[in-house]
Amino acid sequence: MKRNIPLILAFLAGLLMIVSEFIPHRPFSNMVETLEEWFMIIAGFSIVLGLASLLQMNYQKISTKAENWGYHLACVIAFAVMVIIGALWGMEDQPGLLGQGEKIISWLGKKPFDYTYDNALVPLSATMFSLLAFFIASAAYRAFIIRTFESNLLMISAVIVILGRTGFGTMLTSWIPENYRFWQLPVLADFIMQYPNTAAQRAILISASLGIIGSSLRIILGIERSYLGGDK
Amino acid sequence: MSLNTSSVIERRIVYFLLFLAVLLPLLFPIGWGSEVSPVVKMSYDLIDQTPAGGIGLISFDYEASTITEMQPMAVAQIEHAWSRGQKVIATALWPQGPQMAAQSFEEAKRNPLFKDKEYGVDYVNLGYKVGGMVTVQALGSSFKDVYPKDSSGRDWDTLPMLKNLKNIKGLRWICSLSAGEPGLKDWIMIAHDVHNVPVTGGTTAVSAPGFLPYVNNHGQLTGLLGGLKAASEYEALIDKKGPATTKMDAQSVAHILILALIAVGNIKVWIRKRDNAKKIEVKDA
Repeated sequence: MKRNIPLILAFLAGLLMIVSEFIPHRPFSNMVETLEEWFMIIAGFSIVLGLASLLQMNYQKISTKAENWGYHLACVIAFAVMVIIGALWGMEDQPGLLGQGEKIISWLGKKPFDYTYDNALVPLSATMFSLLAFFIASAAYRAFIIRTFESNLLMISAVIVILGRTGFGTMLTSWIPENYRFWQLPVLADFIMQYPNTAAQRAILISASLGIIGSSLRIILGIERSYLGGDK
Repeated sequence: MSLNTSSVIERRIVYFLLFLAVLLPLLFPIGWGSEVSPVVKMSYDLIDQTPAGGIGLISFDYEASTITEMQPMAVAQIEHAWSRGQKVIATALWPQGPQMAAQSFEEAKRNPLFKDKEYGVDYVNLGYKVGGMVTVQALGSSFKDVYPKDSSGRDWDTLPMLKNLKNIKGLRWICSLSAGEPGLKDWIMIAHDVHNVPVTGGTTAVSAPGFLPYVNNHGQLTGLLGGLKAASEYEALIDKKGPATTKMDAQSVAHILILALIAVGNIKVWIRKRDNAKKIEVKDA
C-alpha cells in the first residue's frame, strides 16, 4: 500500500497532463493549472531541502576533520555571512531586520549583501568558469591528435569553425571576391554550424525525445519505480 | 628529466601562453572586426521590428559564472529595445537571475540616452520563480498569479507598464538568456510552440550548436546569440562599442593560440612516431 498510493497518484497526474494536452478545456485545464501551482510550491521546498543538505554535509566533514575540511568550513562561514547580512539589511530595495542600512550604504556604496555579491561571488564564479579555458588549451595540445580519417574530418571542421569565429578569420579571407563568398571563413563556419551540425543535433534531439517519451511512459505506467527511492 | 616533470612544465608553458594571449589584447586592443551572422541578425530584427510601446521579456536564466558571455547580450538587447521605445520585463528561472537583471538595467541606464528610463514604466524586474517549464506554462494563464509582486516586493498593480498585461500572449517577444536548464528550451516549447509568441535567445558559445535546430522554417527560435562573438555582433548592429567588442580580440587571440597548440601537439606526436619507427628499423637491422 505504501508503494501503491504514490504509483496511483503518478499514474493519475501523468494521465491528466496528457489528456489536457489533447482536450485543453474545462475541467482539465483548471485541474492542470492547480497541478502547476502545486508543482511550484513543492519545488520551492526543494531550496530549503538543498540548504539543509548543504549544511548537514559540510558539518559532517568539519566535525570528522575529513580531508580538506578547511574548505568546507569556508563554505559554511560564507553561507552564514551572506544569510546574516542579507537578513539584517536586506538586498537591493528590500529592507532587512535593521531597515535599509543607510549608514552602511553611505560607507560601502551598496548594501552589504549586494556589495559582497558583486565583489566576491561574481568575480569568483567567473574565475572558476574561466579556468576551463586553461584546461581546454592544455587538453587541445595533448589530446587533439590526428590518428584516423574521422579525427582528420573533425580537425578540419574545428579549424574552420574556430578561425571563422574570430576576427582574425574574417580578416584572413576578406580578400576573397564576393562571387566566391562561400569560401570566406566566417561564411564557411556558419555553413558547417547550420547544416552538418544542425543535422547531427536534430538526430540527437529526436533520439533523446524518444527516450524521454519512453521513460515518461514507464513512470506513468509504474514500470520505472526508482523515483520512489529504496532499492526494490 | 622524467616524462611526468616534462609534462608538468609543458602544461605550465601552455597556461602562461594562454594568460598572455588573453591579457595582451585586453591591454592593447587589435580592433579586428567580425561579420554579423544571419542568426544574430534575425534576433536583432525581431526587436527592431517591434513597434514602440510593445512589451518584451528577457529571462535571465544564468548566473555569475557565465556573466562575461551573457551580460553583454542582455545589456545590448535592453538598450536596443529602449531605443525603439519598447518596455522590458525581466524574469528568471535561475536563482541568481534577478541580480543579473538588476546589473544589466543598471549598466544600460549608464548610457546617457537611457538615464531617464523609469522603473515600473519602462522596465520591471519580476524576479525568480522555481519550477522551470511549469512556471512558463503558468505564465500562459496569468502573469499576475505567478508574479503577484516584483523582485523588490512591489505589488503588480502598482507597476503601470503591467496594467494591461494578462498573460504570455501580451508579449511582443521573449528572449531567454540561458546558460543551461531550465532555460531557452522551456521558453521555446511553451511560449512559442503553445502560445505562438516569438522567442529568441542567447546561450554560451559551447551550448549554441545544440539550439541551432530550433532556428527553422517553423520559427521556433527567431535567431540565436551564441557566446561572446554573437554579443559583439549585436553590439555592432546597435552601433555600440561595448564590453563584448572589447573582449573579442582576447578571445580571437586565445582561439588562434589553441589552434597553434593543436598543430604543435600533432607535430610532436608525428616526430615521436618517426623516431620510434627509426629505432625499430635500427633494431631489425
